[in-house]
Amino acid sequence: MNISTEISDRKLKQRLLKDKIFTNVMIFLAFLSGVPLFLILYQLAVKGYRQFNISFFFEEAPDTMQAMIANANNEIIPGGIANGIIGTLIIVGLASLIAIPIGIICGTYLAENAEGKFAGLVRFIVDMLQGVPSIVLGVIGYIWIVKPVTNGFSALAGSVALSIMMLPSIVRSTEETLKMIPGTLKEAALSLGVPYHKVILKVILPTGISGILTGVILGISRIAGETAPLMLTALGSTVVNTDITKPTSAVPLLVWEFYNDPNLVNMIWSASLFLLLLILVLNLSAKAIAKKWKVQY
Amino acid sequence: MESTILKQEQMLKEQEKYKENSVIQNPIEKVDSPVLKIDDLSVSYGGDKYAIQNVSAGIAKNKITAIMGPSGCGKSTLLRAINRMHELYPNTHNKGGVYLGDENIYELNPIQLRRKIGMVFQRPNPFPTMSIYDNVIAGFNLNGIRLKRSEKDEIVEKSLREVALWDEVKDSLHNRGTFLSGGQQQRLCIARALAYTPDIILLDEPTSALDPIATSKIEDLLVKLKKDFTIVLVTHNMSQAARISDYSMFMYLGELVEYGKTKQMFTTPRDKRTEEYLTGKFG
Repeated sequence: MNISTEISDRKLKQRLLKDKIFTNVMIFLAFLSGVPLFLILYQLAVKGYRQFNISFFFEEAPDTMQAMIANANNEIIPGGIANGIIGTLIIVGLASLIAIPIGIICGTYLAENAEGKFAGLVRFIVDMLQGVPSIVLGVIGYIWIVKPVTNGFSALAGSVALSIMMLPSIVRSTEETLKMIPGTLKEAALSLGVPYHKVILKVILPTGISGILTGVILGISRIAGETAPLMLTALGSTVVNTDITKPTSAVPLLVWEFYNDPNLVNMIWSASLFLLLLILVLNLSAKAIAKKWKVQY
Repeated sequence: MESTILKQEQMLKEQEKYKENSVIQNPIEKVDSPVLKIDDLSVSYGGDKYAIQNVSAGIAKNKITAIMGPSGCGKSTLLRAINRMHELYPNTHNKGGVYLGDENIYELNPIQLRRKIGMVFQRPNPFPTMSIYDNVIAGFNLNGIRLKRSEKDEIVEKSLREVALWDEVKDSLHNRGTFLSGGQQQRLCIARALAYTPDIILLDEPTSALDPIATSKIEDLLVKLKKDFTIVLVTHNMSQAARISDYSMFMYLGELVEYGKTKQMFTTPRDKRTEEYLTGKFG
């Protein structure tokens, strides 16, 4: 009797120890996956903070001569990334204008016709679209817009490529959100004699607004940092350009250009930091909107 | 598949058996000058199987008519067929008709029809994006009917008073309707249906998600409302039907077994199946 309890005591201790080790390993690995973001932010901040001044946001990118002189005198490189910021705003804004209405309407259709054959096909295609490599979308933008429409590299071509890229996330988040809304709401509206289109526009979509907006913002943050498609479409520009039919710069394109110019290479850090912060802010606001605008039903 | 066929056969056999045992051959009472006439109505959700079969009944004006029966007997289908909400399911088809006055509702536009026949559902479903005020007025707002501010105020106050909710919410009219309690939400939904001044109000088990106190409030309310509206109520709860309804329908396996004055049905049911249901032998 005594012996057996002693053995089970020992076993129990072993088990508790295993438990403890396992829990701690889990905590450590969870911590590990959070580390890279902070390391990246730290690295960029340490190397880039000196460039973060007023002119960084309001001046165009310096040319290589100015940068070389500044480097030689051990000064901060003059100029900023205003051409990239304005370009990113235009390209991403235009892409959103194209993708948001199409994406929300498509997602609504999928949610309303969950069973249909055509809906199944559309859902499959949207899923496939999500997997298309971004450089391929760049090639498509080149063939569709750069050659036949704008006769040269343009912000419009970049927007078209990026809009295709953000479409799947809007479609799926809209669909998932609307599927969660209880069917009784639709019945309530229909029983008041409200026509179907108004039921969708005035009852169903407003009820799902927080989920839809979250999807939109995550879609925007996904394309804001894209470089590859823009290389083949928007190309880049050394000056602020607001004509969507002309070559236009973007922040990720500037990072690439700085990398290729030994004199400007120090600008990489601040431009990257800006891009990362932009995307972090977008993600945080998506979370905030999801929480604040959540409709209780 | 095979088991459902077997079940069906069993049900048919049972039906035959009951028919033989029926006390009176025609237990469907005629209602004088009904506001709504259901005429030999059969509804199917697809295929040859009918959820309700050959139902004929007149609904009395300014009375409460309760539809009772065990689960799956077709009572909700019958209710929904009256404002064509059953058509939301694909592949539905019906035979026979329902007449509102002289018009067959299946020849009307469902949108017009539903403005004449309002509906309240099992679970309270106020529009979650709208305030209490906007919920009451939703029938007008969503249909693009423009009203003056004073007219809106009047309709909202009148409707909320009718459902005895005015005193509870008059200070929070512009708060979201979803913050109310379940019973209050359901009364808000009734107010929303009333605001449109329909001829008939359909209620699909309106108290089954509510506690007893909220239930009794709604029951009192319905008895008061029949002065101005004709009410058709589906209920699981026999004592509720006995308490508040003037006429009762008993449905079983898609068939209208018995229809008559509630008092008479509960004291001297004419059909054996009604009697067995009311005494708790099945259901």
